[in-house]
Amino acid sequence: MVDASCIGRAYAPYTVAVTTADLLRFAAAIGETRPEYVDEAAARATGHSGLLVPPTFAVCLEMDRPEPFEWLRELEIDIARVIHGAQSFRYFAPAHAGDRLTFAARIADVAVRRRGALTVMIRETDVTNQLGENVMQFRSTVIVRA
Amino acid sequence: MTAMAPAFASVNEGELLPSLELLPVSREMLVSYAEASRDRNPVHTDSEAARAVGAHDVFAHGMLQMAWLGRVVTNWTAQRDMREFDARFVAMTLPGDRITCTGRILEKLTRDGETLVRIALTAVNQDGETKVAGEALVALP
Repeated sequence: MVDASCIGRAYAPYTVAVTTADLLRFAAAIGETRPEYVDEAAARATGHSGLLVPPTFAVCLEMDRPEPFEWLRELEIDIARVIHGAQSFRYFAPAHAGDRLTFAARIADVAVRRRGALTVMIRETDVTNQLGENVMQFRSTVIVRA
Repeated sequence: MTAMAPAFASVNEGELLPSLELLPVSREMLVSYAEASRDRNPVHTDSEAARAVGAHDVFAHGMLQMAWLGRVVTNWTAQRDMREFDARFVAMTLPGDRITCTGRILEKLTRDGETLVRIALTAVNQDGETKVAGEALVALP
């Protein structure tokens, strides 16, 4: 059972390289055509070290970790009962193709709603780059139906 | 070119950002996003899996629509000026839905010496149903 005792549970950091190929595939999937996201020469000409990582892509990189849903299984949550309710980002520094990003996630909050019909969990992830700079923090609100 | 940042002094509360009209949502679009995003939850690509969780059919990833809302902001100003970006996934978006993403300046503010605008963002379908509602906090010089 998921309850407040899970708050603070932390997961092993995961590090992944940002590749140009991944960014191009993502840009195509969201219809993005601006040069800083799809044209490496244009990105460099405007002061970027490579293609720019778009605002929501870091969440996808974290899904690259082996067994991305293991944290739910560990809590005995059936993924079929899970809804992604909300997502938020706080940005501190840009990220580009060629960076290596490290994701450190934890459970930031667990709240039971509607007399136990729903459990709302917030998973918070700090993202740092290869220089140790804070790149962003994101929070995923996961709603679990009883 | 990076989007040219509008000047803080030149924008007003209530002003609309240029909207973004997407092609009708298709299964191909969702497969493409599933592969590019690594979100391989089958509810987005397999009708049976979607029905098993009570949906009528496959439905779009919330994060695909949040990416579209992000494009409304980065078409308007440079991404480096985005400070915060939030979205709530309000309702399911199904194949055939024609989504329009819009942004509206809610508030001009100063925080820690930085001039900022808070932008309301929505993804709405052809029937006026809100699918995703969000906000972005963006610095403007």
